[in-house]
Amino acid sequence: MTEHPDLTPTFGTGAAVSTDPTPVAGVALDPTPSLGSTPSQTVGPYLHIGLLWPDGPDVVPAGTPGAISIRGQVFDGAGAVVPDALVETWQADPDGRFDHPDDPRGARPAAVPGFRGFGRSATDADGRYEIRTVKPGALPDADGETEAPHLNLSIFARGLLHRLVTRLYFPDEEAANGTDPVLAAVDPARRATLVARPEPDGFRFDIHLQGPDETVFFAV
Amino acid sequence: MTTDHIRATEPNERGDGEFDADGIVPVAGAARPSGLVLPRYRHDDPDTHPPMLFPDYGSTNLRAPKQPLALLPQRLTEVTGPLLGEGRLGELDHDLTRQHAGEPQGQRIIVHGRVLDGNGRPVPHTLVEIWQPNAAGRYRHANDNWPAPLDPNFTGVGRTLTDADGHYRFVTVQPGAYPWRNHPNAWRPAHIHFSLFGQAFTQRLVTQMYFPGDPLFFQDPVFNSVRDPLARERLISRYDHSVTEPEWALGFEFDIVLRGREATPFEDGEDDD
Ligand SMILES: [Fe+2]
Repeated sequence: MTEHPDLTPTFGTGAAVSTDPTPVAGVALDPTPSLGSTPSQTVGPYLHIGLLWPDGPDVVPAGTPGAISIRGQVFDGAGAVVPDALVETWQADPDGRFDHPDDPRGARPAAVPGFRGFGRSATDADGRYEIRTVKPGALPDADGETEAPHLNLSIFARGLLHRLVTRLYFPDEEAANGTDPVLAAVDPARRATLVARPEPDGFRFDIHLQGPDETVFFAV
Repeated sequence: MTTDHIRATEPNERGDGEFDADGIVPVAGAARPSGLVLPRYRHDDPDTHPPMLFPDYGSTNLRAPKQPLALLPQRLTEVTGPLLGEGRLGELDHDLTRQHAGEPQGQRIIVHGRVLDGNGRPVPHTLVEIWQPNAAGRYRHANDNWPAPLDPNFTGVGRTLTDADGHYRFVTVQPGAYPWRNHPNAWRPAHIHFSLFGQAFTQRLVTQMYFPGDPLFFQDPVFNSVRDPLARERLISRYDHSVTEPEWALGFEFDIVLRGREATPFEDGEDDD
């Protein structure tokens, strides 16, 4: 964890401090000013009116060659399904690239037409979510390691005051999973909670908020 | 999310505060063996965000994880994120008072502010999504059945993009307070739900905006789940007379701060795109 001093000003009294740090070779930059983040609050029970998009589950458009479904159920600590959660996904394209300025290899649109990288699906009355996507590629890591193909997931719901973050790995990537630095840092007894199960048209990934099969959640 | 839920040290942590031969603090984000240079987003102070388990808010009891969170070092998937643009917006999505044939009931308000990162820099062209109940405190949602009237002229949903300076603006009506069953005579203070993306997965934020001086704060466990009183204040909008329009609408300012980046000696002009 990086600790930093809280220099938070009160809003409306100059929070909007503008800085334009000019990098000087050989000098470590001070990241000040440091504004305190706006706190998270629960998405509440009525998220559907605000956050559902007709194409929310479509990371890729219908009819995309090689498209797969990723689906699963969300369970609470009593084993009951969670019918009012929202699952969001974020992933690289099949070449392991991001169309984003902070991908240091350069922003580049995916070869898959209409690839958005992002999906969102509310759970239904049975706690089921589902998105349509294509499998992401492996990723180079800044330390020279390779990350196995994965999706990042955010889970929001009534009763979650902050989103939960987890990762979905693929069961048909055993070798890559075996050298993945994130999986390696997870308690081996709980690693399986991060690996999806194969289904005829894709993969199944259940999320357990609590209980003996509690999914591994991350602080990012 | 609090640090006491976090275990394990970051496997690729390099920044130990010592200077190398060039006098550069080897903070994360500096060039690594493979040459990939990634930004890194600072972690928030522990009491900025609510804990996952907050028994006063009953729904957390069966939903908050029991195991500590594992620290996920920031790599490519974490420092990138969806950059959603105009395609998500309808023409009147920023004006919740003009989405139907007639005008909604209630006090017309203008809610505006800036989306900034923790370094005080504007977050430009980022999607802001809001939703809220109507003036009577009822959501247009199948599960909201309390006996307050629906308003045929109010959906309660808005979307916009921030401009180049990180500024956003909505026109809506003052949402009403509403009861819930968390504790005896429980009422949520008036609020508007906000959803923000920023520029990276790390910056994703869902929060609620409150109104100054609300008498219901004292009994609301959602608001009070934020333990740092200064952080809690950041959830409250400010009455803004400079934005109030004569004979039309009251103005409220709500700035939103997403996580900032650590400075990196090798990076220049972040996000000049
Ligand atoms: Fe609400």
